[in-house]
Amino acid sequence: MQYLMLLTIDPAASDSADAARPDDWNAYTQALIEAGIMVSGAGLQGVETATTVQVRAGERLLTDGPFADTKEHLLGFYVIDVPDLDSALDWAAKVPNVRTGSVEVRPVMPTAEAARTDATAAAAAG
Amino acid sequence: MTPLERAFREERAQVVATVARRLGDLQLAEDAVSEAFAAAAATWPSAGVPDRPGAWLTTTAWRKALDVVRRDRSAPGDPVDVAVPPAPEPGLDGEDDVLQLVLTCCHPALAVEARVALTLRSVAGLSVAEIAAGFLVPEETMAKRLVRARTKIRQSGISFELPGPEGLPERLSSVQAVLYLVFTEGHLASGSGPAVRADLCEEAIWLTRQVHRLVPDDGETTGLLALMLFQHSRAGARHDDDGRLVPFADQDRSRWNARAIAEARALLGTTGRGPVGPYQLQAAIAALHAAATSADDVNWSRIADLYGLLDRMAPSPVVTVNRAVAVGRADGPRAALALLAPVLADGRLDGYAPLHAAHADLLERDGATDAAIDAWRRAADLSRNPAEAAALERRATGA
Repeated sequence: MQYLMLLTIDPAASDSADAARPDDWNAYTQALIEAGIMVSGAGLQGVETATTVQVRAGERLLTDGPFADTKEHLLGFYVIDVPDLDSALDWAAKVPNVRTGSVEVRPVMPTAEAARTDATAAAAAG
Repeated sequence: MTPLERAFREERAQVVATVARRLGDLQLAEDAVSEAFAAAAATWPSAGVPDRPGAWLTTTAWRKALDVVRRDRSAPGDPVDVAVPPAPEPGLDGEDDVLQLVLTCCHPALAVEARVALTLRSVAGLSVAEIAAGFLVPEETMAKRLVRARTKIRQSGISFELPGPEGLPERLSSVQAVLYLVFTEGHLASGSGPAVRADLCEEAIWLTRQVHRLVPDDGETTGLLALMLFQHSRAGARHDDDGRLVPFADQDRSRWNARAIAEARALLGTTGRGPVGPYQLQAAIAALHAAATSADDVNWSRIADLYGLLDRMAPSPVVTVNRAVAVGRADGPRAALALLAPVLADGRLDGYAPLHAAHADLLERDGATDAAIDAWRRAADLSRNPAEAAALERRATGA
C-alpha cells in the first residue's frame, strides 16, 4: 500500500539542536531506497517562493504565498510503499524533520488499475 | 440465559475477530455477524442448538460475508470473478484473533472516542443505542462515529495482524487506557443517570478479563484488572439508601465486596516480574485502602509514598491532588497545602471538582473556614454527579 508522508516544519525551531541537517536527509532517503519502499519524494524551496493559483468565474487569481497561512510550513514529501499503516507510521517517526515539525501520513488512493491487480492477486492467492 | 444469549456473550467477539481478520474488513464482518445471529435466532429454537455454537456462527457469518463480497465484485462488465478464501477453521487461531481485534479497535491512529466505541461494539457486543446512551450522545452520532472509524481502519491500511513483541507494549497501553476510560465513565455515572451507564463498569471489567486471559504475563493489564476490581468492590457502599453519595471515609466497609477484593489482591500477587507501571501502583494504593479495617486505620504515609512514585512515573496534576490528600492525612494539612499550591496556581485543573474538594478539606482542617466554604461551593458547582454535588454542598453548609 502506498502512503504519502507530508512533511512540515516550524520555522521558529530551525535553530534547535533537534533540527534536521542535510546529512540526516541523505541518510534517511538512502534508508528508504535500501528498504525497497521508496516510490518518490522531493524537498521544496522555502515558503517565500510559493505562489497560490485559483480560478474563479473563469478568471485566474494569483496570490503570493502558500495556500494556507499556518505556523508550520510544507517542506517536502515522500511516497513509500509498505504493507500497512503501522509500517508507514514507523517510517514516519524517523523522518528527520519529525523532531521539530510534523509528518502527516495519508494512504494514496488506489488507481483503478492497481485495484484490478490487487483483485487478481487475491484470486490467485485464494 | 438462553443458549443464544450465552453464545452472544461468550462467542461473539471470537466470531467477529475471526471473520474480520480473514476479510480484512471490520464493517463487513460486523454486518455478517449480525446476520448470523439473526439466523441463529430464527433457527435454533426449532432446529436445536448446534454442538459448537461458535463454529456454526463463524461458518454462517463467513457465508453471509462472501455473498456480499461476490455481489460487490461481480458488477456488470467486470470480467474478474474473484475466487474467495476457504472458510476459516473456527477456533484454530481464535484467541490470537480476539487479541488482534482488541488491538485493532484500540489502534492509536484512531481518535480515543472512536477506540472506545469500536471496542464496546465489536468486542463487547453492545448495541449502538447502548453505547450512545452510555456516553450521552445521540444514537446517530455514535453510529456515524463507528462507521467513520471502520472506514479509517480499512482505507488507511490498519493491519489485522498482531504486532511484533517490540510493538505490543505500546499497543497494549492504548488498550488499557480505553478500558479504564470505559470503567471510569461508568464509575462516574453510578447512582445517577441511566443504568446502562453504570453497566459500563461491568463491561470494562469483562473486557479487561478477556484481555488479561490473552496476555496473562502483562503486569499492567493485570494491574488494571485488579484496580477495577478494587474500585468496583466499593460500588455497594458508595450510596446510602436515599441514593446520596457517601464519602469514601464514611463508607460502611462491610458493604465492600470481599470476594472482588480477594480476587484483586490475588491478581496483584501475580505481577512480581517485569516493570511496575501506573496501573499496578494505583492498584497497590487501592489494596492499602481495602486492607484498612476503618477510615482511621488507613496507612496514609505508605499511600502518600506510592502517589509520590506515581507522580514521578506518570506526572499529572490529578495524581498530585491525590498525593496531597494522602499527605494531608499522614503529615497534616500544612504539608499538603504546600503540595497543592502549584496545582492551584497552574490553573489547568480549575474545572476539576476533586481538586477544590481536596483543597476545601485541607483548608477546613487548617482552620481557614471561610476559604474552605468557598472551595466546597466551587467543588459542588463543578461536580458532574448530582449526588456528589449534594454531598459537597452539605460540607459547605457544615464547615
